[in-house]
Amino acid sequence: MATATLRPCGDFKSRYAADQTIFPTVWSRNFCILGVVLVAAAPFLVDRYVLNLLIQIGYLGIAALGLNILVGFTGQISIGHAVFFGFGGFASCFLNSNAGIPPVLSIPLAGVMTTAVGLVFGIPAARLKGLYLAIATLAAQFILLDFFGRAEWFTGGSNGTVADPVSLFGFKFNHDESYLYVVLFYVVVLYVAAANLMRTRDGRALVAVRDYYLAAEMMGVNLTKYRTLSFGISSFYAGIGGALYAHYLGFMSIEGLDISFSIQFLAMIIIGGLGSIMGTLMGTAFMVLLPQLVNFLARSLDGSAIDHALGLHEGLPFLREMTIGAAIILFLIFEPDGLAHRWKQIKAYWKLYPFSY
Amino acid sequence: MDLHLLLQLSINGLIVGTLYGVVGMCFVLIYKASQIVNFAQGEFLLIGAWVCWWLLTKYHLPFVWGFLVTLAFMVAFGFLLQVVVLRPMIGEPVISVIMMTIGLSIFCQALMKWIFGVLPQPYPQVFAVKSVNIFGLEVQTVYLMAMAISLVIMVGFAWFFKMSRTGLAMRATSFDQQVAQSLGISVRQVFAVSWAISAMVSAVAGVVVGVVNGVSSALSFFGIKVFPAVILGGLDSIVGSVLGGLVIGVLENWAQFVDSQFLKWGNLYEVAPFYVLIVILMIKPYGLFGKRDIERV
Repeated sequence: MATATLRPCGDFKSRYAADQTIFPTVWSRNFCILGVVLVAAAPFLVDRYVLNLLIQIGYLGIAALGLNILVGFTGQISIGHAVFFGFGGFASCFLNSNAGIPPVLSIPLAGVMTTAVGLVFGIPAARLKGLYLAIATLAAQFILLDFFGRAEWFTGGSNGTVADPVSLFGFKFNHDESYLYVVLFYVVVLYVAAANLMRTRDGRALVAVRDYYLAAEMMGVNLTKYRTLSFGISSFYAGIGGALYAHYLGFMSIEGLDISFSIQFLAMIIIGGLGSIMGTLMGTAFMVLLPQLVNFLARSLDGSAIDHALGLHEGLPFLREMTIGAAIILFLIFEPDGLAHRWKQIKAYWKLYPFSY
Repeated sequence: MDLHLLLQLSINGLIVGTLYGVVGMCFVLIYKASQIVNFAQGEFLLIGAWVCWWLLTKYHLPFVWGFLVTLAFMVAFGFLLQVVVLRPMIGEPVISVIMMTIGLSIFCQALMKWIFGVLPQPYPQVFAVKSVNIFGLEVQTVYLMAMAISLVIMVGFAWFFKMSRTGLAMRATSFDQQVAQSLGISVRQVFAVSWAISAMVSAVAGVVVGVVNGVSSALSFFGIKVFPAVILGGLDSIVGSVLGGLVIGVLENWAQFVDSQFLKWGNLYEVAPFYVLIVILMIKPYGLFGKRDIERV
């Protein structure tokens, strides 16, 4: 039940319905709607460069949310998320160009296909956990990537495949301005779906598996089912994200689907906050904007003494990689709960001001 | 069928396998002492190889001196890394620690690419004779040296854990950290020593591979190849990692043989260990010699 105040004081919830609500206050709901409206208005406000970044945050955010459901909510580590992302992209292109299915349908279908693949690779998850599972997914990453390289009928081999732009009733979403709405639609639907998943019996079962698997099993949670299920759900999100990526570029190739991309997904959810839905979006935004910031800094130092001393210009691609690694390390040491936690603390500070607690 | 090729590949496999075994031992050492899986193991090889290359080419040190300075450097490096980066991670959940080492590996690899470039750099000629003939098979001298060094390292490890005080302290720590601490063992010191040794021994493997193939960032792939070997042998068994390394090394080369003779896939060599990895994890997740955590799920 949403309350009508801007800053509710204290936690006086007396019913489960009030505790389980997505938006604790009317204002938090309004702010979310305002955010969506602002993004929807973005094509009229900002230039294409920013639009491109917004679209990137959109499709990567969807895939990262899938990984967060797997890692943050179910407690299973996966180091192979990029190949599921890639599989979604290839599946959508394949359905589009070989079976003639329009992208409007092929994107969700690609999600379903990726779910099937994820369930197959989730079978080890039924038996393994923690570290061993991480290594199993590492193997999945190499095996699937090798498969992509070889299966030319599916991926076009090293040449890649092309994809039609998304079109609906004859209107083509082939510009950044229009494609933003496609991505926004999927982001809103999938994020709301994930938020709701955590309020259902199945979602709580996933969290129970994460918190203590033995206790969960004693309470009647079917471990095998839920561990595999979370792999399926996470692959679905990755598949949708990958399909959106493929139709955005109009092209899909195996380039860039390597292990460092998988690690970037992990970095997104760690920086955003494990087990936080809003945090996933924050972390994705952070990881998309970080290379831009590095570019900007390198450009502003262009020609200066520091530039000459360090050779920033040639080292720029490596500098970007390094900042990703450094961001992971620094966040784990200084901010292990991620940006979402910091955001909560900022809100609590303003709520309690001038008292500290 | 080409028997000569098969034999040659098997020998190569055994030799590369000993290197996998050595890197695997370093891996197990860290895992045993601090329950940390080090995804940055390959970068240790890379850093060691680059530092040695730099000393040899820029300062024209004799190989032996360059090698020794590299080892000293790696000890300091491993120690510092443990103190600065990994000490805050003690007691954190598995995912954080894994991510920490992954972050470390990205950081080190990018840094090495930045400093030394992406092109493979050859080592200066180290041995006068490039390859020797053993029973009609060409074996590179450096590989023979590698085998010898690996064997020495393996025996050294065995002695270290059975006899030396630090080795005993390490075994006690890996058995139960709290009990070890209450018996007066400095757990922090044990962690630091294990990282230092691990970095040093990895650098040996790195230099050996560097002398054979030249140094490039591809070298750090060793760190990932070591996972199948270590899982096969059992994550917490030193002997297991050596055996696992040999098996994976031979298997990899046999896969290459099968590939070149029958399948013509072209890259089975690279992927075969990971198929093996999945199979092992499905049927025997604790490996051949690993300690089995008993839990009923």
